[in-house]
Amino acid sequence: MTDEAKELSCAAFQAQLPELIGTGANAAEHPHVQSCELCSALLNDLETIAEAARQLFPIEEPPDALWEQIESRIRSEEGSAHEG
Amino acid sequence: MPESRIPHQVPQPGTAALESGAPLQQAASELSGAATPASPVSLPAGDDGVLARAQAGDHHAFAQLYSLHKRRIYSLCLRMVGNIAEAEDLTQEAFLQLHRKIGTFRGDSAFSTWLHRLAVNVVLMQLRKKGLSLISLDEAMEPAQEERPGRSFGAADPALSGAIDRLALQKAIDELPAGYRLIFVLHDIEGYEHNEIAAMLECSIGNSKSQLHKARLKLRETLRMHPQEEGRR
Repeated sequence: MTDEAKELSCAAFQAQLPELIGTGANAAEHPHVQSCELCSALLNDLETIAEAARQLFPIEEPPDALWEQIESRIRSEEGSAHEG
Repeated sequence: MPESRIPHQVPQPGTAALESGAPLQQAASELSGAATPASPVSLPAGDDGVLARAQAGDHHAFAQLYSLHKRRIYSLCLRMVGNIAEAEDLTQEAFLQLHRKIGTFRGDSAFSTWLHRLAVNVVLMQLRKKGLSLISLDEAMEPAQEERPGRSFGAADPALSGAIDRLALQKAIDELPAGYRLIFVLHDIEGYEHNEIAAMLECSIGNSKSQLHKARLKLRETLRMHPQEEGRR
């Protein structure tokens, strides 16, 4: 933990955050986060959102008519290929 | 040192926890004309036969593949574009592409992974046609000034309280600007890594990280404003 890291402003820390998170570093252990409630809360929220999104996984059902359309297009393409 | 939970613990493309449950036989038995199975199914080892028959031009086998994968592909398209009609068109195009290219699948990766990537490419092609320039992504995916997430520092900035409302989060994701939603869905939901996203979108890895971060900030902002979706209806 360096004095320089401790003294980072919130703006400077948050500017580094995408790279920090994206490289897999534990941003929560960053000295600035340890001493800044604002950035600690931000980081916690981002983690919560990412985790919640991963659990969202909505499974949607396409309409049955979609297969009929696909099948029709396939037959049409195959018909064109045979004619060609 | 434990790593941040944000960029990791995501499902691998093609292996997300979307497919589980009914065996292939159930899917096949439920397949009748346009009818399709009611629950998502995985690709069991015995699927190789179905795949081989589909590659040989067996229509019924191809219909079985559609039945097995339609939810995953349709859900992917829907999440990426946020529009039902477009998602249906893209799903159709993805399976047409699959029909044309299925003979080229050599088994270097899992079939579901290969199909997933094919579908992502179909969606990206569509977005390119619509004018979302993925070549100059750094500029093109930047939302207008008024759409940018607010700066989080320097002001009173209350944290999200309690658990995130599922519907509110889903709605917030749907309302993300297209560029943000694209990268958020690819990374946080579909499980692609930044280097894979950068390659697919022809942008820098740094830009992928930056866009993802902005997407999460935007979601946070939206969720703080509307923490409960059910109450809004």
